[in-house]
Amino acid sequence: MAHAHALTHDDVMRPPAGREPGSGVYNEKLGMWVFLGSEVMFFTSLIGAYIILRFGHPEKWAPPGEVLNVPVTAVNTFLLICSSVTMVKAFASAQDGNQRALRSWLLATVLIGASFVGVQVYEYAELVHKGFVPSEGLYGSTFFTMTGFHGFHVTVGVLCMMFVTWRAFQGKYTATDHRGVEVIGLYWHFVDLVWIILFTIVYLI
Amino acid sequence: MASTAAVVHEPALEHAHADDRPFIRKYIFSTDHKIIGIQFLLMSLFFLLIGGMLAMVIRWQLGFPGRAMPGGGVLPETMAPGGIVLPEFYNSLVTMHGTFMVFFAIMPLLVGVFGNYLIPLKIGAPDMAFPRINMASFWIAVPAGLIMLAGFFVEGGHAAAGWTGYAPLSANPELTGVSLGQQLWCVSLIILGLSSIMGSFNYITTIINMRAPGMIWFRLPLSIWALFITAILVLLAMPILSGALIMLLFDQTLGTHFFLPAQGGQPLLWQHLFWFFGHPEVYILILPAMGMVSDIIANGSRKPIFGYTSMVLAIIAIGALGWGVWGHHMFMSGMNPTLGTGFMISTLLISVPSAIKTFNWMGTMWGGNIRFHVPMLHAVAFVSMFVIGGLSGVFMATTPVDIYIHDTYFIVAHLHYVLFGGSLFAIFAAVTFWYPKMFGRLMNPLWGKVHFWLTFIFFNAVFFPMHGLGAQGHMRRIYDPTEYEFLAPLQGVNRMITISAFLLFTAQIIFLVNFIAGWFKGAKAGPNPWQDNGLEWATPSPPPHGNFPVTPHVYRGPYEFSSPLAVDDDYLPQSRKLETDREPAVLPAGD
Amino acid sequence: MSWLLPPHASSYAADIDWLYYLILIITGIAFLVVQIGLVWFIIKYRARPNGKALYTHGFAKAEWIWTSVTAVVVVVIGLLSAGVWDRIKGRDSIPPGAIPIGIHGKQFEWHISYPGADGQLGTGDDLSIRNQLHLPLNKPVVATLTSEDAIHSFFIPAFRIKQDAVPGMTIRVWFQPTDTGTFELACAELCGLGHYRMRAVVTVHAEAEYQRWLDERGRAAAASPTALLQR
Repeated sequence: MAHAHALTHDDVMRPPAGREPGSGVYNEKLGMWVFLGSEVMFFTSLIGAYIILRFGHPEKWAPPGEVLNVPVTAVNTFLLICSSVTMVKAFASAQDGNQRALRSWLLATVLIGASFVGVQVYEYAELVHKGFVPSEGLYGSTFFTMTGFHGFHVTVGVLCMMFVTWRAFQGKYTATDHRGVEVIGLYWHFVDLVWIILFTIVYLI
Repeated sequence: MASTAAVVHEPALEHAHADDRPFIRKYIFSTDHKIIGIQFLLMSLFFLLIGGMLAMVIRWQLGFPGRAMPGGGVLPETMAPGGIVLPEFYNSLVTMHGTFMVFFAIMPLLVGVFGNYLIPLKIGAPDMAFPRINMASFWIAVPAGLIMLAGFFVEGGHAAAGWTGYAPLSANPELTGVSLGQQLWCVSLIILGLSSIMGSFNYITTIINMRAPGMIWFRLPLSIWALFITAILVLLAMPILSGALIMLLFDQTLGTHFFLPAQGGQPLLWQHLFWFFGHPEVYILILPAMGMVSDIIANGSRKPIFGYTSMVLAIIAIGALGWGVWGHHMFMSGMNPTLGTGFMISTLLISVPSAIKTFNWMGTMWGGNIRFHVPMLHAVAFVSMFVIGGLSGVFMATTPVDIYIHDTYFIVAHLHYVLFGGSLFAIFAAVTFWYPKMFGRLMNPLWGKVHFWLTFIFFNAVFFPMHGLGAQGHMRRIYDPTEYEFLAPLQGVNRMITISAFLLFTAQIIFLVNFIAGWFKGAKAGPNPWQDNGLEWATPSPPPHGNFPVTPHVYRGPYEFSSPLAVDDDYLPQSRKLETDREPAVLPAGD
Repeated sequence: MSWLLPPHASSYAADIDWLYYLILIITGIAFLVVQIGLVWFIIKYRARPNGKALYTHGFAKAEWIWTSVTAVVVVVIGLLSAGVWDRIKGRDSIPPGAIPIGIHGKQFEWHISYPGADGQLGTGDDLSIRNQLHLPLNKPVVATLTSEDAIHSFFIPAFRIKQDAVPGMTIRVWFQPTDTGTFELACAELCGLGHYRMRAVVTVHAEAEYQRWLDERGRAAAASPTALLQR
C-alpha cells in the first residue's frame, strides 16, 4: 500500500515491488498522525501564549459566564462531541462495508460539524454586538484568536468531510479500503479534543 | 489491509505515460520529487542572490557611511535618494537580508532542495509518499517569496524590525512607520510555514514507510538521518512560528494586545515563542548540512564514516537538545537570571554532540586516500569553518561574557560562520556533488576550484575581523558606526570588510556561470561520477521518472569505501550483491 | 583586528574579561587542534596512485575520550560562569545602599533621572536629564530600566554592562564605576529609525565632585523645571 499512491500517477514504473517494513500503517494514516503533531504544536503556541498572558494579568479576564454565553457553547460542545460519535459510527460502517450506513453517518457528521460552525458564528455576532471584539483587551485578543482558529480548523474539516461524503456516495469506500474515512476521522477527533481543552480553559475557568 | 495497488485516486489526471506528460505537467506542475527539488534549487538560488545584493548595500553603508553608493541612484527616493542609503531603508535591508537568507535561501536549499531530491533516491523509493502535496508545497512557497519581495514596493517600505521581528517594534506600526510591509512579512512567513510543514510530514512518512528492502535504519546515509531529524524539527517548530506570527499580525491589524504592553500584553512572550521556534530552526539550518558533508567527506576520503552510530546519536541529540536552549538568545532580555544559568548549561552541552561530529569527520579523513574534488574542498572547508562558528558560540553561551558581546558584531561573525561558513559551504559541496545526478553533466572542476578558493579567502576576510569588531563592543544593526567615538578607530576595519564583501559577492558570479554553463556544456557525468555507494548512483543520471528501473535491494551501509570485500574498486555500492550477501526480507508492496 | 578587549572601568568587568580570555584560550587550543589536524590530514592522506585508505569504522575509545573531554571542559566553563553571572545579574546581586538611577529609554534618547535629597527615585524631587549619565566613582549604582515604546538595550561597553529595557517591565541592573572620565552609553537593540544615534555620554566623577554636580543641576532644575529635559 505504501507504493500505491506513487503508482497511481506513474504506470511506466515497474510492477509493485517490495519494501522494508516501515511503521506498519499506510502512508496516509501515518502522514495524518505526523501532521497532527504539527497541529498540536500550533495550538500549543496559542494556548501557551494564553496561559502566560493570563497568569501575567489575571485581572483582565471577566469571571466565567459574565461575557461569554456558556450555556449556548456548552450545547455546541455537546454537538461537537456527538459529531465524533457519528464519525466513529461512519468508520465502523465503512469497515462493515455498509454503504448506506456509511453515507448516513458521514452526512450526519457534516451537518453537525456545520452547525457547530453556525452556532459559533452566531456567538461571535452576539459578542460583537455587545461590544466584545478582538481589540477588547487581552480577553478579547485571546478569545477570538483561539476559538477563531479552532473554528477555522472545524470549517476545513467540514469541507474535507464533504469531499469524503461525496466520494462515499460514489461508492469509493469498501470494506477493505476506506482510508479516506479513517484519515479524516483522525483529524476530526483531534479537532474535537482541542475544543474540549479550549472550552475548559477559555469558557469555564 | 488487503492490496490496494489498484486504487486509483484521480485516474484521468494521473494515468498518462511518463514521457507523454505535457511540458507543464513534467516541469512546471510536476509531482516528481526530482523536478520539485530542482525547482526549489532555482527558487532559492534566486533568493540567495537577492539576499546577497541586500548585504552589499548594507556593507556599502557600513564601510562608507553617508556616501552615495555607486549605481545606487537607481533606487527610489524612499530608499536611497541620490544613492545615499536612508536609515529607514537600512533597517529594512538588515531585516530582509536576514529574512531572505534564513527562510528563502538556506532553509529551502537544505530542506526543500536536498530533502526532496535525495530522500526518495537515497532510500530506494520511486517518489515521495504524497507527490501532490509535495508539488503543492513548492507552489505555496513561490507566492510566499513573491509576497516577501512585494514588501519593498509598498507604502512605508518593507519590514524594519529585524528578521527576529521583536515586538513591540514589529507590532506597533507607529514605532517604525512601517505597516503594510510588516504585515506582508508576517503573511509571507505564515504561508511559507505551511509549505514547510507540508514538506516535512511528507519527508517523515516517506523515510519511515518507503525504504527499499534491506534499507534498515542503521544503513541510512547520514544525510537522510539528518534530513529525517530536521523534518521532525520543521514539523514541530514551524507551527510555533505560525502561531506567533498570527498573533503579531492580529496585533497590527485587528488591534489585539498580545505583544503590546499598554493593555498587559508581553513583548517577551514574542521572544519566547520566536526563539522556541528559532533555536530548532538554527539546527534545521545546520543538520542537513552536517549530514550531506558526512556523505561527501566519506566519499572524498574513500573511507567509511568514522563512528557512524555516534554520528546518528549526535544528530538525534542535537535535535533533542535544540528544544531546550532557546533562552540563550534572551540572556539580556530581562528574563529571570536563574533561567539564564539553566539555558547556559543546556547550550554548553550542545557542544558535546557538535564536537563528536567534528572529531568524527577528522577521524574519517585520518588514514584516508583523499580525493580533492570540488565537493570535497567545500566539505572540508565546512568542517573548518563550522568549528570556528561552534567555538565562538561558547563565548555567547557563557552568560557573563554574553553581557558584553550580545548584540555586537561578535554574534554577526558567529552566525555567519555557522550559516555561511557552515551551511552555505555545505550547500556548495552538495550542489556540486549531486549536480551531475540532477542534470547528467558535471560542473567545470577548474572553475569550481577557483570559485572555492576565492569564496574561502574572501569569506574569512569578511567575517573573521568581525569577531574583533565585536570584542571592541561594535553594536550590530547600526546604520552609522561613526556616530560613536569608541567605534571611530574601527572604521578602517569596516571599510576593509566592505571591500572583501564586494569581492566575495563577485566570486559568486563564477559559481552562477558555472552552474548555468554546466547545464548545457558540462561533460557527461555517467551514472556514478564520484564512485559513491549511495542508491542514487545506481540509477542513470538524471534518474528516470520513478527513479529505479528495478527496485534496488540493499545489502550494506552507505560508507563501505576501501572495503576488503570490494576487490577491484575502492567502493562497494549499497545495492551490489556479493555472493556472501543474503537477500533482505521483503515486505510485499501493497500491505 | 584585535581579539583583546578594550580597557574596562567597572568593578566586575575584570571578571567578565577573565572569563572571556579563559574561553579564548580554551577555544583557541581547540581551534588550533582542529585546523592543524585538518591541514595535516589533507597533506598526509592526499590521494596517491595505488593509494589505499584504511578500512575502519572508528574506534570507540577515541570517541569516548573526545566526548568526555569536551563535556568536562564545557561543564567547568559553565560552573565558573554561573558564579560570575549570579554576582552580576542574580536576583539578590544588587549591593545594599546602591545609588538608584532611573534610565528610561524612548525613541531615540535616554531619559536619566537622579534622586533628589531624599536619595529615592519617584519622589517628586527627582532630577531628569536627557542623554547624560553622571556617576560617582567607586559607588555601586542600581539602574532601574524602563522603556516608553520599543525595546532598547542599555549598553556601556567600558563597564561591560548590557541590559534590555522592555516596555511594560521594570528591570534593575547594577554596576560600579572604577575609573573617572567620560564613556559612551549605546542602545544595543534595534529600536527603530534612529537606533544608531541613541547615544548618551557617561561621566564618572570623584564622589565630592559628583555631589557638587548634582546639587548644581538640582538648583538649575528648580529654577526652570522643563529646561533640562529640553537640553
